[in-house]
Amino acid sequence: MISKEYIITDPDGIHARPAANLIKIGRKFQSTIQIKKDKDPIELNSMIGLMMLGAKGGDSIMLTIEGEDELEAAQAIEDFFQNELSKP
Amino acid sequence: MGVAASPGISIGYAHLIIKTRPTLSGILIDDQSIPIELEKFEDAIRTSMEQLELLKDKAKSNLEEFDILESHIELLQDPQINDEVTTYITEERKNALDAVTLVANKMVQLFEGLDDAYLRARSADIRDIGDRIAENLQGNHKVITPLGPNSIVLAKELSPSDTISMDLEKVLGFATETGGAVSHTAILAKSNNVPAVLGCGKLLESVIHGDHIIVDGTQGTVIVNPSENVKEEYRQKQVDFIKHKAYLNSLKEVPAITNDGVGITLLANISNDQDMKKALEYGAKGAGLLRTEMMYMEKESFPTEEEQYQFYKSVAIHAQGTPVTVRTLDVGGDKPLGYFDLPKEENPFLGYRAIRISLDQQEIFSTQLRAILRAGVHGNLKIMFPMISSVMELRKAKEILDQVKEELFSEGIAFAPNIPVGIMIEVPSAAIMADVLAKEVDFFSIGTNDLCQYTLAVDRGNENIKQLYDPFDPAVLRLVHQSIERANDHNISVSVCGELASDTRATLLLMGMELREFSMSSTSIPEVKDIIRKHNIKKAKEIWNHVMNMDHSKSITDYLEKHI
Repeated sequence: MISKEYIITDPDGIHARPAANLIKIGRKFQSTIQIKKDKDPIELNSMIGLMMLGAKGGDSIMLTIEGEDELEAAQAIEDFFQNELSKP
Repeated sequence: MGVAASPGISIGYAHLIIKTRPTLSGILIDDQSIPIELEKFEDAIRTSMEQLELLKDKAKSNLEEFDILESHIELLQDPQINDEVTTYITEERKNALDAVTLVANKMVQLFEGLDDAYLRARSADIRDIGDRIAENLQGNHKVITPLGPNSIVLAKELSPSDTISMDLEKVLGFATETGGAVSHTAILAKSNNVPAVLGCGKLLESVIHGDHIIVDGTQGTVIVNPSENVKEEYRQKQVDFIKHKAYLNSLKEVPAITNDGVGITLLANISNDQDMKKALEYGAKGAGLLRTEMMYMEKESFPTEEEQYQFYKSVAIHAQGTPVTVRTLDVGGDKPLGYFDLPKEENPFLGYRAIRISLDQQEIFSTQLRAILRAGVHGNLKIMFPMISSVMELRKAKEILDQVKEELFSEGIAFAPNIPVGIMIEVPSAAIMADVLAKEVDFFSIGTNDLCQYTLAVDRGNENIKQLYDPFDPAVLRLVHQSIERANDHNISVSVCGELASDTRATLLLMGMELREFSMSSTSIPEVKDIIRKHNIKKAKEIWNHVMNMDHSKSITDYLEKHI
């Protein structure tokens, strides 16, 4: 299992577009990917679930990735946070 | 009146969009129908996906629209929606249409109840895909009257699908009864430069198709069937808006550099995170003054540490890495606080105010310092004390700051330990003692408004003497100059944040005094930048060298007006 923590840098949190792309990553891999803010983790397969997390700029979120292709999945998530979410 | 969601003015003809949503049938299906209804639902999802993919091809050139459609396609596949609809059909024996309507209503309600404005506005997306699935279930498709040229689109609300399938070239403006500044309609209108007023309340019942409409997306007004005079007035406003916008745009991205290559830092005076956002749009390189009074005044009682932390954090994040100078509470004098009983005073400006209150009511002060220090983790914050009149006051304030840091450290709470500390120079004694004070702070910010009234002993609110209030008085200018010079001697940064900073007559004068940082209201930045870019430091120095030998403000302002 791989755990990763990120801080949301966009002032408005995870917008609809990046949210959609993050879900796509979640669906692409076999691994089970969970995401949590401060309460219970949710599975990374639902836009609604992700938006209901209500992650805003400055919040930290935790992801856990578990499964056969967890390394690849973790890398894809890393790229996503580096390239897509850090853009102003 | 509504929300001014996308600026600009348009004058055109009403095009009404009226939609109806299916009501619940209440039909309970029998067991044999369950698989049929499930299949109907799946078909409707499939059809909806195909429609959205087609729209996506059409929208390719517009990034905003493309993103909206992408997120809708994702929502259509959302397991939460699919599971709930399936449960309604299989367990509660609803037909597919009722099931979709119920789930959409529930999800919309869920989103509308959130406290985040952006997420609240996403309820429109859920509503939109709910409507789309419902339409496909019923097999009927909206018949849309084609838009005529110069249309102003009026509707109760506009879904992203409505706006995307619209020929935007024919749309001059939008006005809707519901919706706000972060709704899709607002985002889309802004990205296409179409004026929009949203959340107007009752609008449709007083308009018929083809009525003359004016939408003023700058003020947030909609005028139905205006008189010829009013139309003429708005045509003029329209021309002014376009000119002003072109002017702002031409200056926004260019740097504030003199034509001999000296860079000047232009910062904004702000009161909250929205101001910060606007400041960056006007080309500010940070905030030279975050007034915290407004945050205190908006509350019913003293804001808690957590409330303040969220407030500063949001500003820090909206600043996107640029510096923000947070001025600690500056009340008393002309700025009373409803829930804080300040004694009535003979001379409030010479009385219990600003840092004097903070040093006396240390709990209020510590709470604010804790919140700022904690928020400092999220950006580039600085702390500034207002109305310092002696070095002892500064030392006491810094001592309390150190105590607060120690507390946070021992509690294991994250904070910014090396946060820069500065003071306002707004009391003459501070300007006179600037050399002493400069040794103990990281920066000065010269508040010319108070400095002027304390130096000249003029209450600018007093009608009988307000003509005596004049920041161009040579006594005031000498104190400003001396403060700048002492700061430069000690290699600490210095800015001017009073009205003088936004007065274009003073721009070159202050640069001549070796000032390189100005902080002003965002809207003044382009004009000041324009002056900086048209002149050079040599001229600025000449101006100051000339003015420093003049003996009264009238001659000074006359001279300055001639030389810009």
